[in-house]
Amino acid sequence: MRIVVLTKPVPDPAAAAERLGPDNRLDRAASPAVINGNDEYLLEAALKLVEAHGGEVTLLTMAPANAPETMRKGLAMGAHRGVHVTDPGLVGSDLWSTARTLAAALRELEFDLVFAGFDTSDGVGGLVGAAVATLLGLPYLSSAAKIEPDPDGGTVRVRRISASGFDVLEAPMPAVIVGTQLLGEPRYPSLKGIMGARSKEIVTRSVADLGLDPATVGAAATTTEVLRKRTPPPRGEARVVRGTAEESAKAIVAFLAERRLV
Amino acid sequence: MAGIWVVAETNADGSLARIGAELATLGRTLGEAASIEVTGIVVAADPSAAAKDLATYLPRVLAVAEPTVADHAWSQIAAQRIAGIVPVDGPTLILTGAGPDGRDVAGTLMALLGCGALVNATAVSWDGGEAVEMNVFGGKLITTSAFVAGAEARIITVRPNVVTAEPAASAGKVESVAPEGELTLPKVRVVDRVEAASAAAPIEEARIIVAGGRGVGGEAGFDLVRQIADRLGGAVGATRAAVDSGWIPYAQQIGQTGKIVRPRLYLALGISGAIQHKVGMQTAETIIAVNRDPDAPIADFADMLVIGDLFEVGKALLEQLPS
Repeated sequence: MRIVVLTKPVPDPAAAAERLGPDNRLDRAASPAVINGNDEYLLEAALKLVEAHGGEVTLLTMAPANAPETMRKGLAMGAHRGVHVTDPGLVGSDLWSTARTLAAALRELEFDLVFAGFDTSDGVGGLVGAAVATLLGLPYLSSAAKIEPDPDGGTVRVRRISASGFDVLEAPMPAVIVGTQLLGEPRYPSLKGIMGARSKEIVTRSVADLGLDPATVGAAATTTEVLRKRTPPPRGEARVVRGTAEESAKAIVAFLAERRLV
Repeated sequence: MAGIWVVAETNADGSLARIGAELATLGRTLGEAASIEVTGIVVAADPSAAAKDLATYLPRVLAVAEPTVADHAWSQIAAQRIAGIVPVDGPTLILTGAGPDGRDVAGTLMALLGCGALVNATAVSWDGGEAVEMNVFGGKLITTSAFVAGAEARIITVRPNVVTAEPAASAGKVESVAPEGELTLPKVRVVDRVEAASAAAPIEEARIIVAGGRGVGGEAGFDLVRQIADRLGGAVGATRAAVDSGWIPYAQQIGQTGKIVRPRLYLALGISGAIQHKVGMQTAETIIAVNRDPDAPIADFADMLVIGDLFEVGKALLEQLPS
C-alpha cells in the first residue's frame, strides 16, 4: 500500500495567537506551527494500514520554507518520507490554486490512496480533498470513520458518517479519502521515531518543478480577497449565579424567559 | 451577476433538508437586493418532494431526477449534474451548505468549474457585489471577503442557522430537468446504509443545544442532559472528552475536531470551555454554563455562569421548566 497523506502546518490553536497580517493574510510568524490536528487522524490511519499490509506513507505538504520543522513530527510518528511543495509564488494561494498545486504534486507520485483531514483548523474549508479527487479523476470517499482497503481486490471500503447513521462506500483504488477523528487517536512519536525522522528524506518541489504556470497560482491567481476585518463585539460580563439548586434553576428559567428562549 | 443558484440537499426520506430552505431564503434576499434571478436545484433519485418544498422559497426550482444516486455517493454525481446545468456566462453565484455534503459538492464544483470558493459564511450581504462574512480563528475575528473582479463561477458554503428560513410570498415553479451526458467521474458505490440505533437530533441545525462535558461523568449522566434537551426542544451536544469516553456518539461532538454550531441557546453542563471546545460553540447567541469551578475558562465567554453541581441544578431545572 502506498498512501499519501496531505498534511498542513497550521497555527497551533492551543496558543490562540492567530492573527491576520497587514495584507489580510495569515501572519504565520505570530503563532507556533503544528500539523493540522485533523490530518493527524489520517496519518495514524495510514500508518496502521501500512503496518498491516506493508507499504509506505508519504507526507505531502504545501507550505512556506520552514514547514519541514512540522513535517518532522509526521516522520517521527512513522511516515516514510515527505514531499514539500514550496515556492514564493505560492504565497496567497486560495482554495482553488491550493487544490491545483496539490493535484499537480500528486500526479508525480505513485499511490493507492490519498488521505486528507476533514478540514484545517485555520481555514476550516474542507473543500480541497474533493477538488483534488475531481482534478485527478479519482473516486472520492469522505467523512470516513473506518477505512478498509482490499489490496488483492484493488478496492477500498469506507464507513462514511451520515446524518442518520453511516453508509458503507466502496470504490476501486487509487482513491482519495477524507476522514474524521473516528479513525482513532494519533500516536505520539517514540524516541526512536524522533531520532529516525532526522535522516528521512523530504523532497522539495517548486512551482516550476511541478510544471505549473506561475500566473495560475498564488496571489497572482487568487479568486477571493479579504476586504476588511473586525473583532466580534465582546460578550458582556457573565451574570454569575450562586445559590441553592432551586435558586439556580429559577435564575436560569428567568434568564431563558428574558431572552425569549422558553 | 448572471445568476444565483441554490444547491439543496435532501433528507434520507427525500424531504428538503433545512439548510436548503435557509440557503433559498438567503439566495432570494440576495437576488432581490441585486435584481438577479435565483434558481434552486435538487439532485436526487426522486427530487419531487424536496423540489416542491424548495419552490415555496424560490420562484424557480430545477428538479433533477438522477437514479444513480440511489446507490452511489451523492456529492460528486450531484456536482456533475449541477455543473452541466448552471450556465456560467458571467459572474454566477452558487450557494451550498457548509456541512459534509455541502462541502463535498462545493469542492467538486470548484474543480469542475475551475473557480474559487468562500467557506463557512456566517452572513452574506449585497454591497455592489457579494460580501461574505466568516468567523475565523475560532471566532476571534470576523472577516468580510469577496470574489475578485472577473471571477465567473463563485461558490459560497454557508453555515446552518445563519438565516431563518422564510417562505416567499408566492410559491414558485418546479421544472423537471432530465440528467444529460455521461457521469465522467468514477462512481462510489453505496454497499450498505446503516441507521444508528438511536439517531439523535442533528446538532448543526439545532436552535437549542444542551451539552455535557467531562463533568457529566458517564452515560447515565447524559440521561439528564438528554431530558433537559428534550424539555427545551433542543439537541444534545458534547465535548471531545465525553465522546472519547464513549458516553455519547461522535455525531454529537462540538469543537475543533467535531462540529461547529451556532444555536440560539447553548446550555453547557460540566464543560470547562477549553479552546478546542470553545471554537465550536462560542458564536452561540446565548451561552449558559453550569459548573462547579467559578474560574473555568467558560466563565470568560458565557452570558450566565451558574456555580454549582450540574446534577442538582439540572434536576431542579427539570422540575421548574414548563413541560
